[in-house]
Amino acid sequence: MKSSMLDDHVKPKKVYYFGTCLIDMFYPEAGMAGIKLIQREGVRVIFPRQQTCCGQPAYNSGFPAEARKVALKQIPLFPQDYPIVVPSGSCAGMMKHHYPLLFDGDKRLDAIQQFSNRIVELSEFLVRTLKIKLEDRGRPIKVTWHSSCHALREMAVVEDAKSLIRQLHNVELVELQNERECCGFGGTFAIKQPDISGAMVSDKVTDIQQTEAVRLLTGDCGCLMNISGAIEYRKLSIRGQHIAEFIWERINAE
Amino acid sequence: MPNEAGFNFRRNVSRALKDKQLRKNFKLAMENFILKRKQIFSDEDETEQLRAIGCAIKVRALTRLPNLLEQLEKKCTHNGIQVHWAETTSQANQHVLNIMNAHRATRLVKGKSMVSEEMELNEFLQKNGIEAIETDLGEFIIQLNGEKPSHIIVPAIHKNKAQIAQIFHEKISGTPYTEDVETLNAIARKTLRRKFFEAQVGLSGVNFAVAETGTLCLVENEGNGRMCTTLPPVHIAVMGLEKVVEKLADLPPLLRLLTGSATGQLITTYVNMITSPRKEGEKDGPLEVHLIILDNGRSKIMADPQLRQTLQCIRCGTCLNHCPVYTRIGGHAYGFVYPGPIGKILNPQVEGLRKAGVLATASSLCEACAEVCPVKIPIPRLLRRLRNESYSNDSFCTVKECGCQQNLIDSLAWKGWELINTHPRIHAVGRKITGVLAARIPPLGPLKQWTRCRTLPQFAAKSLHQLVEEQGVENE
Repeated sequence: MKSSMLDDHVKPKKVYYFGTCLIDMFYPEAGMAGIKLIQREGVRVIFPRQQTCCGQPAYNSGFPAEARKVALKQIPLFPQDYPIVVPSGSCAGMMKHHYPLLFDGDKRLDAIQQFSNRIVELSEFLVRTLKIKLEDRGRPIKVTWHSSCHALREMAVVEDAKSLIRQLHNVELVELQNERECCGFGGTFAIKQPDISGAMVSDKVTDIQQTEAVRLLTGDCGCLMNISGAIEYRKLSIRGQHIAEFIWERINAE
Repeated sequence: MPNEAGFNFRRNVSRALKDKQLRKNFKLAMENFILKRKQIFSDEDETEQLRAIGCAIKVRALTRLPNLLEQLEKKCTHNGIQVHWAETTSQANQHVLNIMNAHRATRLVKGKSMVSEEMELNEFLQKNGIEAIETDLGEFIIQLNGEKPSHIIVPAIHKNKAQIAQIFHEKISGTPYTEDVETLNAIARKTLRRKFFEAQVGLSGVNFAVAETGTLCLVENEGNGRMCTTLPPVHIAVMGLEKVVEKLADLPPLLRLLTGSATGQLITTYVNMITSPRKEGEKDGPLEVHLIILDNGRSKIMADPQLRQTLQCIRCGTCLNHCPVYTRIGGHAYGFVYPGPIGKILNPQVEGLRKAGVLATASSLCEACAEVCPVKIPIPRLLRRLRNESYSNDSFCTVKECGCQQNLIDSLAWKGWELINTHPRIHAVGRKITGVLAARIPPLGPLKQWTRCRTLPQFAAKSLHQLVEEQGVENE
C-alpha cells in the first residue's frame, strides 16, 4: 500500500505533519519533539494550521457521517504529494486504512486513497525512511514499552519504535509480559464500559509495575492518557511519556 | 437465542469482575489456549495463506448458499438422510419432538451443539417429558449444575477442578468428594455409559455439511459424539444453514483451521463423516438419520453483503480466547448463547439492537479477534456498523431495531464535536479556553466514569497549534 515516495530509501525534502487532537490538547511537547526529530534530519516540516482531528472518535462510536465531515476538512489541507507524518499509530491507522472504508462508494474515493497512501507513522518514518541515528546523552534508565493496538495490528510499526529505543545505549528496555494486550482505552469504550476498561487498564499497570521500569513509553496518546491516568491514580512513581518526547530529551540531555 | 430474564449487561459485568475465582479460571485457561494456537500456527506466512483459503471457501459457500442448501438436501435425501427445514427455533424443536414421538422415544443423548443451545432444546424436551442428557464432559458438568455454557468450545471452562468435584459430589448420588481428575472422569464415564445404552435417539451438531456428497462432518475429542451418532437407533443432527460448504475438498483446510484455532490441535481425536444411515449388511450405525437445518434470522443476515460476513464463522471460539474483554468477564456476562466477539456481532443481529445492541459497545476495537479469526471475519468493522445502526435508521440500515439508541444528547454531542472540528476558528478559541481553564474542569458526566480509576489528563497551557506558530514551523 506504500506509495513510491514512501520508499524505504527515498528521503523527501518536505513532509506534512498531522499533530492529532490529543497531542494538540494534552501532549503538545510530544508533537513538537516529533517535528524537531524530522527537522534534525534535514527535512522541512509543514504543519497546516487548520488541521483538527482525524475523525476516529465519531467513526468508532457509531457516527460515521460526522466523521466523514471532519475527515473531508482535513484532506484538502495536505494537497502536495508529500508524506504525511502522524505521531500516533491509531490516528495514522484511521487515515491510512479506515478513510478508504469510510468513503467506500464515494466519488472522491480515488483522491482519498491518494491521501491515505501518503500517511506514515512517525517512528516508522524515522526508522525506515530517515534511517535516523540517535546518540544517547541521558543517564541510565529502565523503561518499558506499550504497543497500541493500532500501531501493532493496523500500522505494524511497533518494531520500528522499539528499534529507536534500542539505539539509546543508556536505556534498558524491559518488555511487558502481555505486550500484545489492549490497555482498555478504546476511545468512548472507556466511558461506555468503564468497569471493563478499568479492569483492563488496572491489569496493564500491574504488568508495567512488574518490569520495575520508571518510565512507560508509547507512541499513542490515547493509551498514554489512559495508562498514565491509572498510574497517577495509584500514586505510583512511574512516568508515562510519548516516545518522540523521550527520544528528544535523551539526545539533547546535558 | 433468548437471554436471561432482565438482561443487564453492566450488572453482569460488575458481578463477573468482582468474582476473583472466575477471573483467575478464565485468565489461566485463555492464556493456555493462546499459547497452544501459537504453537500449532507457528509459521506466520503459512497461517496467513491458510486463513485466506478458509475465508475464500466460506465466502464462496455463502455466495452460492441457496444452491448449495438445495444440493445438500438432494444429496442427503438420496443417501437416506431425512432433511427438515426450520425457520425458527420453535420449528426446529418441534421437528425433534415429532421424531422422538414417532419412535415413542423418551430418552435422548446429546453431543455438543451450540445450535441446540440456541434452540433451548433441553428445556423444551424436558417440558415434553423427554430426558435429554449432555454427554460432552463440559456440557455434562454444567447441565448437572443447571448452567449455560460460558464458552462455545469449552462450556465449563469457568469451573476449576475443585468446583467440578463439588458439583459431582452434590449432583451425582453416591459420589464422594474427590479432586482426582482420573476419578472424576471415570465417574462421568460410568454415568454416561448407561445413558448411551438406554437412549433411543442421539442428537449432535454439525461442523460442516458438504453439499457435493451430502456428508455431515463432526469433530470432537471425547468419543461421545461418535457414541451419540452411532449407538442409538436414530440420529438427529442440527445445524445452522451457514454450515454448508461446497465440496469435500473444502474440508481439509477448514478442519485444520478449526482445530488449530479452537484447541491448538493438528486434528481432533475423532473426525466423524456421516453420509447415510446404516446400510443393508452393515453391522452398526443408526437406522435413521435426520438433519434439521435452522435459519433463525440467518437468511436475513445473508441479505446484507457486509453483515453476511458474520456467517463465515466456523465456531472455533478463538476470538473469545484472544479477547481482553471476554477473558475478564467470562461468557455468562454476555447474557446470550454466543459470547465474546462473535456474540457481540451475532446476537444483536438475531435478537435486535434494543435487546442486544449494548454488546456492540463492549469492545475497545483492539482488533485481536480479527487478527486470529481463521476465516477473517472483520469483527471490529462489523461492530462499528452495529454501533452506527444503533443510532441511525437511514436507508442502508438492515439490522432489527436500527436507530433504537437514537437520543438527543448523543446526537448533539457528536454534532457539536463535528462543528468544532470542521471550523478551525471555533477550534482555536476552544483550545485557548481549555488551556486557560487547564485543570479546573470538574469531573462530571462521562469524565466521572473516567476518574473512577484514573486521574484526568491536564490540558496543556499551550496547544501544539500555538507551539508550532511560536516556533515558526512552516504552514504552507
